[in-house]
Amino acid sequence: MRRPLSHRLLGLAGRLAVALVVAFILLPAVVVTLSAFNDKAIMSFPPTGYSLRWFARAFSYKDFATGFRNGLIITAFASTLALLVGTGFAFALDRYSFRGKRTLEAILVSPLVIPHFTIGLGFLILAAQIQAARTFALVIATHVVLVLPFVMRSVYVSLRNLDARLEQAAASLGARPGRALVTVTLPLLLPGLVSGWLFAAILSFNEFTASLFVTAQATQTLPVAMYNYVREYADPTLAALSVVYIVVTATLLTIANRFLGLGKVLNVEHAR
Amino acid sequence: MPAERIPPGSDAPAAAAARRIGVQIDGVTKRFGAFTALHEAWLKIEQGTFMTLLGPSGCGKTTLLNLLAGFLEADGGEIFVDGQLMTETPPYAREIGVVFQNYALFPHMNVARNVGYGLAARGVPKREIAQRVDEMLALVKLADFGHRKPKELSGGQQQRVALARALVIRPKLLLLDEPFSALDKNLRGSMQVEIKEIQRRLGVTTIFVTHDQSEALSMSDRIAVMSAGRIRQVGTPDEIYRRPTDRFVAAFVGDVNVLPARLERRQGDQASVLVGGVRAQVPAETIEGLAPGAAVDLFVRPDALAIGEAGGGVPGTIAAHVYQGSHVDMVVDCPAAAGGRLLVRVPGTEAPGLWPVGRVVGIGPTAGGVAFPPEAA
Ligand SMILES: Nc1ncnc2c1ncn2[C@@H]1O[C@H](COP(=O)(O)OP(=O)(O)OP(=O)(O)O)[C@@H](O)[C@H]1O
Ligand SMILES: [Mg+2]
Repeated sequence: MRRPLSHRLLGLAGRLAVALVVAFILLPAVVVTLSAFNDKAIMSFPPTGYSLRWFARAFSYKDFATGFRNGLIITAFASTLALLVGTGFAFALDRYSFRGKRTLEAILVSPLVIPHFTIGLGFLILAAQIQAARTFALVIATHVVLVLPFVMRSVYVSLRNLDARLEQAAASLGARPGRALVTVTLPLLLPGLVSGWLFAAILSFNEFTASLFVTAQATQTLPVAMYNYVREYADPTLAALSVVYIVVTATLLTIANRFLGLGKVLNVEHAR
Repeated sequence: MPAERIPPGSDAPAAAAARRIGVQIDGVTKRFGAFTALHEAWLKIEQGTFMTLLGPSGCGKTTLLNLLAGFLEADGGEIFVDGQLMTETPPYAREIGVVFQNYALFPHMNVARNVGYGLAARGVPKREIAQRVDEMLALVKLADFGHRKPKELSGGQQQRVALARALVIRPKLLLLDEPFSALDKNLRGSMQVEIKEIQRRLGVTTIFVTHDQSEALSMSDRIAVMSAGRIRQVGTPDEIYRRPTDRFVAAFVGDVNVLPARLERRQGDQASVLVGGVRAQVPAETIEGLAPGAAVDLFVRPDALAIGEAGGGVPGTIAAHVYQGSHVDMVVDCPAAAGGRLLVRVPGTEAPGLWPVGRVVGIGPTAGGVAFPPEAA
């Protein structure tokens, strides 16, 4: 049976609306990508001729190279530390009820509410007190605080989805707590742990506002280096770098999703 | 009093002493905050017995299983399995196999590794694990399924894996928590037969939890009926069905009619009551202390009632016929009965012809029932 005309028109309008929204979301990425291939030394849209020279410059500019290396170091330490701390807290929040549980939860997610520059400024003032203002440790500590809520959320959701009876089953079959943890709990938690780490890594690597406060010339991360660059030059190098950013992040996420099924981790649901 | 509620210190009958006690629950109490989920439960189960915990939702069945398995700690009382005190024993050292309601199979392991999990945890050599897993999978008729993941199995197959996983460790006690609730009706029937058969062959002491009274009656060696955190009666299915010692048990297990009656006379452990002028035999123990002439409630099964001409027995009006194949259930409007209705089960298929809907009839007991003092209303 054919649906009435009004329904079909509505369906068409709906599809059009969705297409527009999607286009709007993708627009900046498309504009930047196209500008990256511009052969002129200005960022204009649409480009008049095409070249790869800005990619070459992006890869050869020394501050970007050190920023990239610093970013990797800081990201690796910060997201790993956040994963360890966040997993511990997520376990405590999921498994035990204790006084002040709500308060603890609120404090742990507070970096979502407190502006990044406040956190950056706070750490900078503290670090200056103990002569640690130019260290990697300071940047790493700041990033741990910033990404902790995301890691905790990810692990906590996986823990909620984990059926407590699986651990009871392991125990009833003779597995001591350590064995049950290694053979049942951790393998089932793995997608949550990895995706938590991954989100933390992406956030930490891209973080700008707080990093601007706590980094020094020797410890500056890639976004800070980019900011410093754009204050001096107006050529499309940054656009080229953005394209590299997008491609690398998308590739990482696709690989992770293929092997871990991130969809499972992003919301609380029961398989059965 | 059923033999299982043995107060501490009393002697068990000689016959029972010959078989060893598999499980002994001595006055176990469990509280959740101010709420008492289990009030001083006493229960003795002989080795090899298939014992069913039967009771409505929320009566504490799962709580009792969790206490046995060691997932919960009791607030009082003691539990012995094969004569060993369990109180200080952690779950992993209890040697109790558990089949969970949702099966709780490890989703990241295949069937063979699920079944072998308990053996691996005990450090059994790989070769022996493989062999024992194969034997067990053959027993539950899943010989070729070892490499499958749990989610690639049907509900019934998952359940058999869960059973195999619990049995392969040769547990001292097997706990089954409503294992059939997720299965459709046909599969449920065949799994009931299969589980009972496997249990008998292995001779493992089993505690089975259900709130389905027909399942309890058909599968069990013995039944413990629970309500509101208390064990009400323990006995064989026939004792529970024919000689309930408690109003709750009489009403919960099987279909039952409740009719007002008068105590006529007491003779030893039997008594007779009169209902609508018709006499019925009942056990005396449930109406101790009542004098002849006292009002009682007669609990009588649908197959222990007969329909006769108006004038004899309790008056009623035929309201409906429900054809059941080998018998017919007659629904009778009866103002005197509790709920205003009676259910009468008549063998054969002639009853609807004899007693059409709308006919005024007299209902009387043919076999005995059980009488209880009227509820203090
Ligand atoms: N962890 C808990 N905290 C508080 N109350 C609980 C807890 N576990 C169980 N209860 C309560 O104890 C009572 C018995 O629960 P239990 O799970 O043993 O019931 P059940 O007989 O297994 O019921 P069902 O047939 O629905 O599974 C219920 O009233 C329940 O609400
Ligand atoms: Mg239950």
